[in-house]
Amino acid sequence: MRWTNHVSTALTGTVSRRAFLRGLGVGAGLVVAVRLGLSHAQQSGAAAVIRAGDEAATLDAAGFVSIGTDDVVTVLIKHLEMGQGPYTGLATLVAEELDADWSQMRAEGAPSNAALYKNLAFGIQGTGGSTAIANSYEQMRKAGATARALLVAAAAQAWGVPASEITVSKGVIRHAGSGREARFGELAVQAAQLTPPAEVKLKDPARFTLIGRDGVPRLDTPAKSDGSAIFTLDVSHAEMLTVLVAHPPAFGARAAAVDAGAAQKVRGFVDAKIIPQGVAVYADGFWAARKAREALKVTWDESGAELRGSEQLLAEYRNQSKQPGTRATDRGDVGKAREKATRRLQAEYLFPYLAHAPMEPLDCAIALKEGACEAWYGSQLQTVDHKTIAAVMGLPEESVSINTLLAGGSFGRRAQPAGDLAAEAAAALKALGRDASIKLVWTREDDMRGGRYRPFTLHRMEGCLDKAGNITCWDETIVSQSIVKGSPFEAMIKEGIDPTMVEGASDLPYRIPHFRVSAHAMEVGVPVLWWRSVGHTHTAFATETFIDELLAGAGKDPLRGRLDLLKDQPRYAEVLRAAGRAARWKGAKVGNGRARGVAVHKSFDTYVAQIAEVSRGADGLPKVEQVWCAVDCGVAVNPEIIKAQMEGGIGFGLGAILFDQITLDQGRVVQGNFNDYRMLRIHEMPKVEVVIVKSSEKPTGVGEPGVPPIGPAVANAWRALTGKAVRSLPFTSPARPAPQTRSV
Amino acid sequence: MTTLSVNGNTLTVGAEPDTPLLWVLRDELKLTGTKFGCGIAQCGACTVHLDGLPRRSCVAPIGSLEGGNVITIEGLQTKEGRALQKAWAALDVPQCGYCQSGQIMTAAALLSEIPTPSDADIDAALAGNICRCATYVRIRAAIHLAAKEMGA
Repeated sequence: MRWTNHVSTALTGTVSRRAFLRGLGVGAGLVVAVRLGLSHAQQSGAAAVIRAGDEAATLDAAGFVSIGTDDVVTVLIKHLEMGQGPYTGLATLVAEELDADWSQMRAEGAPSNAALYKNLAFGIQGTGGSTAIANSYEQMRKAGATARALLVAAAAQAWGVPASEITVSKGVIRHAGSGREARFGELAVQAAQLTPPAEVKLKDPARFTLIGRDGVPRLDTPAKSDGSAIFTLDVSHAEMLTVLVAHPPAFGARAAAVDAGAAQKVRGFVDAKIIPQGVAVYADGFWAARKAREALKVTWDESGAELRGSEQLLAEYRNQSKQPGTRATDRGDVGKAREKATRRLQAEYLFPYLAHAPMEPLDCAIALKEGACEAWYGSQLQTVDHKTIAAVMGLPEESVSINTLLAGGSFGRRAQPAGDLAAEAAAALKALGRDASIKLVWTREDDMRGGRYRPFTLHRMEGCLDKAGNITCWDETIVSQSIVKGSPFEAMIKEGIDPTMVEGASDLPYRIPHFRVSAHAMEVGVPVLWWRSVGHTHTAFATETFIDELLAGAGKDPLRGRLDLLKDQPRYAEVLRAAGRAARWKGAKVGNGRARGVAVHKSFDTYVAQIAEVSRGADGLPKVEQVWCAVDCGVAVNPEIIKAQMEGGIGFGLGAILFDQITLDQGRVVQGNFNDYRMLRIHEMPKVEVVIVKSSEKPTGVGEPGVPPIGPAVANAWRALTGKAVRSLPFTSPARPAPQTRSV
Repeated sequence: MTTLSVNGNTLTVGAEPDTPLLWVLRDELKLTGTKFGCGIAQCGACTVHLDGLPRRSCVAPIGSLEGGNVITIEGLQTKEGRALQKAWAALDVPQCGYCQSGQIMTAAALLSEIPTPSDADIDAALAGNICRCATYVRIRAAIHLAAKEMGA
């Protein structure tokens, strides 16, 4: 892999196409761009090719696929690689239609350029919502097919044979009649001179040799196993200063004054400046910056700060949950059904603020030289960040460039609708008032206490059963914070409802005649954000444990009871059946000190069912012994990556429900590092078996959908084992008042 | 001034004695394969070998390492290291990849001590290495695979 080529010490301003080609290595011949319109519907747009050596061409026209004379095919990946696999997935789509050999494929992160690299599901460049494969499926296949057509045309011309008689397989172009053959690299320069076809025909899926096949290894594994993969933290330029920012002790506070007298005594200290985000400390290297930051005396203005604590917020949320909220869904007549019910179950669920805590804390390298600003980091919303940097620096957007590097995890952390990280890095750079190169680094504590959490959320639920045990009504009120309000994504709010608060609840698939979901968006000064699977992190837990209790109340089996309610939901039903078959399901009670729980949930159009088998751990917490997981994500592009994402999603979700919460004490975040915000560790990871349900539906994402079902599956198993319903997360939180439950 | 060996090269480092080895490796020697994750020896992303044993470089002051022999992921040339990297590739262990240098350094130290570790041995050795992507299922399988290949 050639990750290091991104980390150029040269400041090129607007990256020229020549620089782009250099970045791809020597001898780049053919570069293919597939120009596409704004939406999926317009994906039939014409392809354009940029001729090698065309000085005037800029990155605007560069493209997705480059074939070098060295036979290497490099795909520029428009999505941030943060572990979820787009480098491999999108390159697979290109390689499939190109009929390339997998060993000749390479991937590189695409720079910021919304015109070319926008997410077709968003309209801007960015990664999220498990959309990478879904929005690229046709686009990347067309890019591959266009490159193939050009290579075939070049071969036909060179050999004087009809293009229709030429075949391509595993990176070799052949003409059987004349016995001629060539590798891609031999024809790349000639192919680059040709005009691409306006339309290309895509393969019949029956002829796929890479999509859906095993044995297509990740392209980034070698570099991630020998220390050579370059993350933002690894970027190093001549004269680069390390910057740490002293952030306010409470959200919304600001630095009023700073005394850097003691900091100046630290060897390597360079400067300290007040910026909107706090006080930026500039030094030669991390350790000097950290020591200097500790030595600062900052006076904070807390007049605009959020100073409430967790208990106060809980009381306010609880009060609000008893008021009628904005309706997200309302069908039938819940009030009348409630009166007719023979049994009613009420419950309150509590979900804490959660930090994303990716292994690589936030960081950003950025430099200013002669009016051009260039950044190198794992940007997840490049278009937002690009505009933010331009605005903060007071530069035209053409003078700003972002090189997208690998991210050491994100889980949503780097997809910041207000461009927080980019703004802070740019503010620190600008405050120096001169040309400079800096690397902003957050410590673990900065990240843990830096906000942008999964929102603290309360669900108030009521469900009714009739005499026969049918679930007749469902009334759910969700109290949370809007993620998108006040952000560039505010248009997502429809009829007063931020869908990220209610997704997965308002569209509950079960056949329940009287059904209502409402929401209250609370105003809290704690910044919140999408956290791997967003609203589904809490809605799946509340709905899938509550339905489980209602089914238990009716004396029904958790698996069969769900299937009865999903008769018109075949994809939900099939993943449930598949998980049940894998686990040889015979009910929740399995004896031997173990019990099982089921959950099924759709998020981002991917359907996942999980069955968890738990025992009682030595620490009094559930020990999750094994998880059976069935997933339907449409066409399975890379089965190994899908399985790995399910495994990882299960571990990620399990750690959170067992251990994690961010709490506030008079506005101060209590937790700071992995000692008090605990991660799942290897001995706590269950065995996982993943079944991929065969499907010819359009492919959908897998980065997030493995997360939502694990919490309720474990909680349902725990209830089956111990009789105790889990209504407040995490499992380890004894401090919260026990929420009331009563059957009436 | 501290004199120590890093990946077989003897170096004299002028960093302040309280500077953690991690930041000497990263900021001065530009050996960036060793990662910063927590700074308090809780996550293992910064694991290196010091005199043959795994050590959290984020809490190892350079001043305490006079005469020490440090091996980082860039210098891991042992048969255990190579077997692990091969197994990591065979099973596509990494996701984001940020913690994997530390995982492999810890696993290499385990295999040099226990050539065919049990699950319990792996748990005991690797419990200090957090993987936020939770690649644990594959880490475990890859260590077993590497052990098997080495024994073959």
